[in-house]
Order: sequence, then C-alpha cells, then structure tokens
Amino acid sequence: MARILELVLNGRRRVDAVPDNLLLLDYLREVVGLTGTKTGCDGGECGACTVLVDDQPRLSCLTLAASVNGQGVDTVESLAQDGRLSAVQRGFHEKLGSQCGYCTPGFIMASAGLLRRNPHPSDQDIRAALGSNICRCTGYVKIIEAVKYAAELHAGGVAP
Amino acid sequence: MDALPEFALVRATTLEEMIGVRARHPDSRLLGGGTDLVVNIRRGILAPPVLIDVNDVAELRAIRADARSLEIGAAVKLAEVAAHEEVMRHYPVVAQAAGFIAGPTHRNMGTVGGNLCLDTRCLFYNQSEWWRAANHHCLKTTGEVCHVAPKSRGVCFATFSGDLAPALLTLNAEVDLAGPAGKRTIALENLYIGYARQDRPITESDGDGKYYLSLRPGEFVTAVRAGNTAGLRSAYDKVRIRRSIEYPVTGVAVALRRQGDVLADLRVAFTGTNPRPVLLKGTAELCGGPLEGRVFDGLDALVRDQIMSMKTTFTPGHYRRRVAGVLARRLVARLFAG
Repeated sequence: MARILELVLNGRRRVDAVPDNLLLLDYLREVVGLTGTKTGCDGGECGACTVLVDDQPRLSCLTLAASVNGQGVDTVESLAQDGRLSAVQRGFHEKLGSQCGYCTPGFIMASAGLLRRNPHPSDQDIRAALGSNICRCTGYVKIIEAVKYAAELHAGGVAP
Repeated sequence: MDALPEFALVRATTLEEMIGVRARHPDSRLLGGGTDLVVNIRRGILAPPVLIDVNDVAELRAIRADARSLEIGAAVKLAEVAAHEEVMRHYPVVAQAAGFIAGPTHRNMGTVGGNLCLDTRCLFYNQSEWWRAANHHCLKTTGEVCHVAPKSRGVCFATFSGDLAPALLTLNAEVDLAGPAGKRTIALENLYIGYARQDRPITESDGDGKYYLSLRPGEFVTAVRAGNTAGLRSAYDKVRIRRSIEYPVTGVAVALRRQGDVLADLRVAFTGTNPRPVLLKGTAELCGGPLEGRVFDGLDALVRDQIMSMKTTFTPGHYRRRVAGVLARRLVARLFAG
C-alpha cells in the first residue's frame, strides 16, 4: 500500500507518495535526498538518525514515514541559514564536539531540540537530553562543552 | 531500501475503528512508538500483515492524576508520564519508572501500553535473522529448544523488562482491555502470566516467556488505573549496564507506609528478572514492627524464592537476583527513613 504524505520538511511544505512500510530515515535519505541524517545501528540504540518531529527528537530509523503526516520534520540540513551555522553547529565545530562526525547530526538535532524547549540547560539537563545518543570517539566531554557554548550563543541571539 | 517487509498501515482515530480492524485482522499489531515493535520487525522476528497506528486515537491519549486516583491512556507517551506534575507528586513510583525507560528520545516515542505489554527479551531472541538462524532459532520464535534452559521441556524463559508494570503493581493497578469480544477490566497482576512452570501446561492464565500476557485474540490494553493510599511512600530504582538506553539488569518498585516507628504496609515488585513482572508475595508478614534486620532478612528470603533470573541477558542470573535484593533493601530503607 502507498499513501500521500504531506509534511513540512525543514520549513517547506512537501507532498510525496510513500509506501506504508517506508521508514522516515529512508524517506529522508533516499526519496528526498537529504543524507545529513545518518543510518547508524539501524535499531534505535545509537541516535545517529535523530530528527525533530514537531520540535521533539525522534529516531527516524524506527518511525514510519507515513506516521509523520501533517507534522513538521526538521533535519540537520535545516539549521544553517544563508550559509551561517546555527548555534549548535557552531558549538560542535568550535568546541571540537565532533571527531569522525558520524554521530554528529544526531547529537546536533537532539541538542537543538533541547535548546528549543530549554534555552538555559544545566550540565545535567544536557546529559539527560543526550541520553539516547552514542558517540564512540569523543567521550562526551567535548560534546557537552559544545552544547553549553551553543546555549551561550543562543542566549546572544543565534538561532539554535 | 526495503528495510521492512510489506504491511498495511491503518492510522486509526477511534477506539471502535481499532476494535474493528483487530476483529478483521487478529494477527495485526498496534504501533505506538515502534521502539520495540519496529526493531523486531526489522530483525525478522515479527511480520505482522497489518499495523494499527494508535497515536491519533484521542480516547487513548488522556492522562488524569490527582490525590485520589490515576488513569493513563495506553497511547500516552512515556515522556509525558515522567514529566506530569500530578503523577510526580502523588504517584512518584510511576513517574520515576517512566523516566528510567530507555533514553529521552525513546520516551518521546514509546507509549504506556507498549511498555506494559513490552515483548519479553532474551539473548537468543533479540538478534538478527542470520544470527538466530545460525543458532537454529529458539523456542520463542520457530525453534524447538530454549537455549537458556535446553532441558526446559517446551518452556520459554525470555525475560519481561518493562518498567511501568512493577511500579503500577505496587499500587494495585487495574488495566482496561478492549477487543472484538468486548471490554473488560482486570487486575494488572493478572495481565502477566509468564510463570514458566515446567510442571504445568500453558493455558490462558499460566504461560511462559513466549505466552506472557493473558490478552485474548484481538484484545489490547486501553488504559491503566490506580487508586491512591493516604500516607503511601513509593519509589523506583533500576540498575543497567549503562545509565541510558539499555534494558534493565533489574528494576525495583517499592511502596510502603510508615506509622510512627512501625512498617505498616510494604509492597515490592521487580522487572528484568522473570518472564513476568513479579509482585513479591509474603511482604505483609514482614510488616507490623519496626524496620529491623528481621524485615531485611525476610525480604532477602522472598527475593531468593521468587526471583528466578536465567541467563537471558549479558549479566548472569545470579547477579541480577543479587542486584534485585540490594536495590529493594536500599529503597525500603530510604523510603522508611522518609
């Protein structure tokens, strides 16, 4: 079975015909061509595929594309505006929150979701919000510094 | 790109519509967050022909909590329960248990009904198709032997690991069920039938790790309800290999009442050990006196008798049972001290 999927993807309305069994992750990467969202463990354990659905972090590898009908989906491609990095992107870039980079889009989207609902997170808030994401390179210290810096940038007026 | 086998998706909007689809397709599955179901479909463990997305069924999305009672719809998200002010205030064990489930992103997706009915888990079950095939499958899927207990004579020992169930069991919760044969309400304790007894045949009220719920064909959980008890103190704690995402080594819920220096009431329930969440029997006999060594020794003995951890996870069974006992002791002491 296929159906019409209408959503607001990265701020733009979009309509596609999608099969019932298409995952949101595959829709984003293969149908739309937005490959910033990464396929990691493919089983909901690593968070590399995290996107925001109506501002809430969700695992796109376990979400059916058809189930986000009528909702807003934001991927990592939505963050930079006019070639300028968002606060979270700048945080990860300038504070070395990224090493191999594979988990980074997931971390960035989970962090962006955090700053959208809590612009002044404590260390503990940051740790809790990133609990569904795994990084095998950094040991997380740099990632947490990156998000703290992003919160400062955000407080100074940079979009999260 | 075909990560998933073919199925038809039904985006239900009413309870009646769900019941109708369940009647026509008894082998359909309810899709809440998909954090367990979609993983199992991807691994080829399940191949339901029809998935019913329950997230738009308003009747299942209600949550109501006050000093008198608690009622949570099956499609309520776990994050919502964990952050609900009234649940935190009056039913802390439930909010804490919800907050311990998986990681934050999973809790945005997963539902109360999904966690209450969470599929039992095992090292030999939650694996890819080729892994399971290389090991001749297991009793819970299409195999003939339980690899955890090869002499189990047809009994599966997969472990129940949902966190909400033990929390709600300490509150004497009930579940509302609906299905093609009608609606009914049963004690939450009677939803779980994973006794895994090798001396009794599997029936509607006596199952194992494979037949772990007493739901009838097409039946599903619509809500869970509990009353409050004045003066009840409750809490949840959980040990896992890492502090996020991972399934439990053991989770423990405790609810107790203290009158003066007397332990007046005590209820203790566990997850991650047996094929069902276990509400410890015999805790009433430990009450009526001060909290002293006798109570803790008695608690240890009850855990030893009723917690039956097998080698279904990376941590050995005897370790999980030890952890269960220690967590229970700590929670009882902490709650009694106030």
